[in-house]
Amino acid sequence: MDGSTMSRGLLRVLTCGSVDDGKSTLIGRLLHDSQMIMDDTLAAITRDSRKHGTVGEEVDLALLVDGLEAERQQGITIDVAYRFFTTPRRSFIVADCPGHEQYTRNMATGASNSELAIILVDARKGLLTQTRRHSYICSLLGIRHVVLAVNKVDLVNFDQQVFDRIVGEYATFAAGLGFHTMVPIPVSGRFGDNVSTRSGNTPWYRGETLLEHLESVGVEEELTQIPFRFPVQWVNRPNQDFRGFSGTVASGAVAVGENIVVAASGVTSHVTRILGPAGDQKRAVAGEAVTICLADEVDVARGDVLAPIADRPAVADQLAAHLLWMDEEPMLPGRQYMMRIGNVWTSASVTSIKHRVDVTTLDHQSATRLSLNEIGLCNLSTAQRVAMDPYARNRLTGAFILVDRFTNRTSGCGMINFALRRATNVHHEHFLVDKAARATALHQKPMLLWFTGLSGSGKSTVAKLVEQALHRAGRHTYSLDGDNLRHGLNRDLGFTDQDRVENIRRVGEVAKLMVDAGLIVLASFISPFRAERQMVREMLGEGEFLEVFVDTPIEICMQRDVKGLYAKARRGEIANFTGVTSRYEPPGAADIVLDGGSSQPEALAQQVLEVVNRRLAAG
Amino acid sequence: MQPVQTQSLSPHLRRLEAEGIAIIRETVASFRNPVLLYSIGKDSSVVLHLAMKAFAPGRIPFPLLHIATGWDFRDMLEFRDRRAAQLGARLIVHTNPDGLASGIGPLTHGSQVHMDVMGTQALRQALDIGGYDAALGGARRDEEKARAKERVFSHRAPGHVWEPRGQRPELWGLYNTRIAPGETMRVFPISNWTEFDVWDYIAAEQIPVVPLYFAAERPMLRRSGALIMRDDDRMPLNEGEQIERMWVRFRTMGDWPLTGAHESRAQTMEEVLQELRLSRVSERHGRLIDNDQEASMERKKREGYF
Repeated sequence: MDGSTMSRGLLRVLTCGSVDDGKSTLIGRLLHDSQMIMDDTLAAITRDSRKHGTVGEEVDLALLVDGLEAERQQGITIDVAYRFFTTPRRSFIVADCPGHEQYTRNMATGASNSELAIILVDARKGLLTQTRRHSYICSLLGIRHVVLAVNKVDLVNFDQQVFDRIVGEYATFAAGLGFHTMVPIPVSGRFGDNVSTRSGNTPWYRGETLLEHLESVGVEEELTQIPFRFPVQWVNRPNQDFRGFSGTVASGAVAVGENIVVAASGVTSHVTRILGPAGDQKRAVAGEAVTICLADEVDVARGDVLAPIADRPAVADQLAAHLLWMDEEPMLPGRQYMMRIGNVWTSASVTSIKHRVDVTTLDHQSATRLSLNEIGLCNLSTAQRVAMDPYARNRLTGAFILVDRFTNRTSGCGMINFALRRATNVHHEHFLVDKAARATALHQKPMLLWFTGLSGSGKSTVAKLVEQALHRAGRHTYSLDGDNLRHGLNRDLGFTDQDRVENIRRVGEVAKLMVDAGLIVLASFISPFRAERQMVREMLGEGEFLEVFVDTPIEICMQRDVKGLYAKARRGEIANFTGVTSRYEPPGAADIVLDGGSSQPEALAQQVLEVVNRRLAAG
Repeated sequence: MQPVQTQSLSPHLRRLEAEGIAIIRETVASFRNPVLLYSIGKDSSVVLHLAMKAFAPGRIPFPLLHIATGWDFRDMLEFRDRRAAQLGARLIVHTNPDGLASGIGPLTHGSQVHMDVMGTQALRQALDIGGYDAALGGARRDEEKARAKERVFSHRAPGHVWEPRGQRPELWGLYNTRIAPGETMRVFPISNWTEFDVWDYIAAEQIPVVPLYFAAERPMLRRSGALIMRDDDRMPLNEGEQIERMWVRFRTMGDWPLTGAHESRAQTMEEVLQELRLSRVSERHGRLIDNDQEASMERKKREGYF
């Protein structure tokens, strides 16, 4: 395995197919035929074949790759697994992706790092919904080379007509998917036909074997030919004499002496030194992990992107992207997520869903949310301006992930179509009369008291008492509640989850303006979701948001039922009623918790006033 | 210390090297208090080497942690101390004090109890004591089936528990490094390396490794089909057993009573590479703990074994 025989370098391959297409068996066959299976491992699976195997007395090669105990028992593969094999001509990393419908996210994961996809089709079944779904995801994630492995040809008597029909159908479907190569091969993973050796059973097939094709296919994206991008990962400053910016060159190349620009700030400089894994080097190209030193004391931090002055990435806080949702909790427009793009973490939300893509027909549908495994074209807004390229131009600077703010799950991934231009033209006005000036004129510290709790918990009652007391003390206040907002500003909103999110977002924005005006704002909303209450908290300044949880047991709320709503909800006359048919997430750490079940409203109001007065006194 | 200058890396190794360096930098950039789990074996020696490159001309900005079980090869301990001193790295050595007090050992308690108490539990203790939120390690996906699905950034719930369903999808190089208080991350910079890649890289970069990886004449004992090197006299000989001097080398490092050697004359790096090319036996074959039961690795991993 010396350097000369490894001329084609590394190929990252994705395998996808439906359950029972024989994917694990095919990979097992590739490993076996390329002699990557050691004697003791083979002995172990021969033993296991009798226990778990599905092919009688033969050695079940699928057992080479079906790893976890749980999935062996269930007979399915439940996660992306990586396999490694090497032939004299090339090294391979195979991402083995499960075919179950609910695991589209795993496919996307495997595809994001792969250059070629093997799409398996069972010769007996032909193209399935999953075949189309997987092909579309491969295309969306930027895979440009595909092998259509028509498997189990032994079970259709090595019939050329069956093969030709499947290939014809697939070619029609895949025509619009932008694949540069699509190579169909008739194979049998179980018996090895056309996997590593040409089969005598398919004399009509004159193409390469699967392994020959994998060894020879050229997939080199001309990463070095596209503009230089260097997302700064870490600032290396071990002492006063050295300051370098570490990271991996995402695309293009840079050399000592060349001019660069820091994308977001527009500051320019030139490269004085490049430090690579083996010391100083003159030049760095895509894929290399290096440390770059600049001539001037420019302000550069993790997350910044260095680029050529003449060919910069877009810098924006609005963008259009295909979003693939990977979380059981659906994506709701307006909800805040953490976005990682390059080395930047910023908060972001979807401002609109242009359409959802039906991944079977590729039709566009209207949508108000994205559920697990759904894909939509969306507009997003980020809290911070970030550098980006279209994904089709650059897979590394055009991709992002969205992370749930509470569970930290990776909830979605996105491929950027383009930055939205309006973002670059809108600048925030800096007023001379600011919040502090207005607050001083009113002799008070502005703040937002946010009352949350079930319908009938007593939120509005307590808020009214608090407002009266503040007013008597000469404070400038305003109350916001469903009554004065649902009939005006928010009258277009209903009570579905996504409308509730939007409702709270608007309330938050209005409250923020009022706090900016110097007022003490009291907002009473069921506001059932933690995420949105947190969003409002973050819209305001430090110490301006007080969360008041009116904690009244639902039984008592139902007993009170001032407006008769619980009765209606239980009769099924109101859909999405919090506590009955829609959930309420109690705050984990409210600033004030009121026991609405056992205390009188006056006492509860007093409890709130004590905290508010302390804050006002603190200045 | 400036790493050795080399020109001989294949494009494949250069790509793996760059990936490893990026992952190590990401760990330092994203976590408050990372640590490198230094097992003294070839894999963690490679990670250590990559870390030196990642932060040059500065020093490695995290300590090395070794879990000593009390049954480590003496050669390993010597090598460890010499290496840490050479690099000027901060070395932390932890042994489970409870296990030590109870006299837990592989010969008296069996390999499972020993590895659980002196390995897994000791590691958890050390991570808790240090308050580390990220631990870099040398695990590779090709080592064993249960590891093929391991993430590069592997999330651990409070108590260091690995939940298969709690693992996050990893797309592009956009790792999700966010954790809640009490949670930790295990990070594997050489996930995508094979055993051969590791040796190929060690040879090309001239990375120092424990001498036990090379063949020498050693005092050996045949027991239960394995070749054990009797490193001290705590292992009593059974009737009929005797110590033979044999030419052997080790393919993996571990506790000496649990690590089988194989007969070999491969004394140089090139001979080791040649032997690996021809080998028909997998790497973990010499590890007595893995053969305990089917799916044993997966179970150990859930419990927090590295």
